[in-house]
Amino acid sequence: MAMTAPEIETFIKTALPDAVIEIKDLAGDGNHYSATVASAAFKGKSRVQQHQMVYAALKGNMGGVLHALALTTTILEN
Amino acid sequence: MTDIHTQIDTTVKSNDVVLFMKGNVDMPQCGFSGRSVQILQHLGVPFKDVNVLADDAIRQGIKDYTNWPTVPQLYVKGEFVGGADIMMEMFQSGELKQLMADKGVVV
Repeated sequence: MAMTAPEIETFIKTALPDAVIEIKDLAGDGNHYSATVASAAFKGKSRVQQHQMVYAALKGNMGGVLHALALTTTILEN
Repeated sequence: MTDIHTQIDTTVKSNDVVLFMKGNVDMPQCGFSGRSVQILQHLGVPFKDVNVLADDAIRQGIKDYTNWPTVPQLYVKGEFVGGADIMMEMFQSGELKQLMADKGVVV
């Protein structure tokens, strides 16, 4: 099983509608991606909390179907 | 707290620096775990490695313990710092070295 970049983007956008997302497929196997996610919802949150928000958006797929997601999060200033 | 949580809790609180990883420090079995070991070795930080592949209860328990879905996981003085990408980000910015100093980790 694997995930596609659009699927990942949809999951994240559903939880973080304002998110600006860039996803790169690292290995071409649907299992290893890097992603940068910018959202105003990250404001005031630690890096760990920001990443936890993205993992929560992925509804349990992270670490299971999706083996690796090298994540960089930034705060979107509006 | 379940006994696996107690076991994890005790481990992270009785060692200054703990890295839950796939494999061990001599033989990492995942690129992200390997990279995390290199970062700590580069900083010269002594740490306890815990091979989650050796014990399924720890492998699942550690993910529940911090509500963090992947391994490796770094703990400094009992506090969860992050996974491989946060470690790399903090290492490159110098934050990780600063954190060790702030927490009084002997290097």
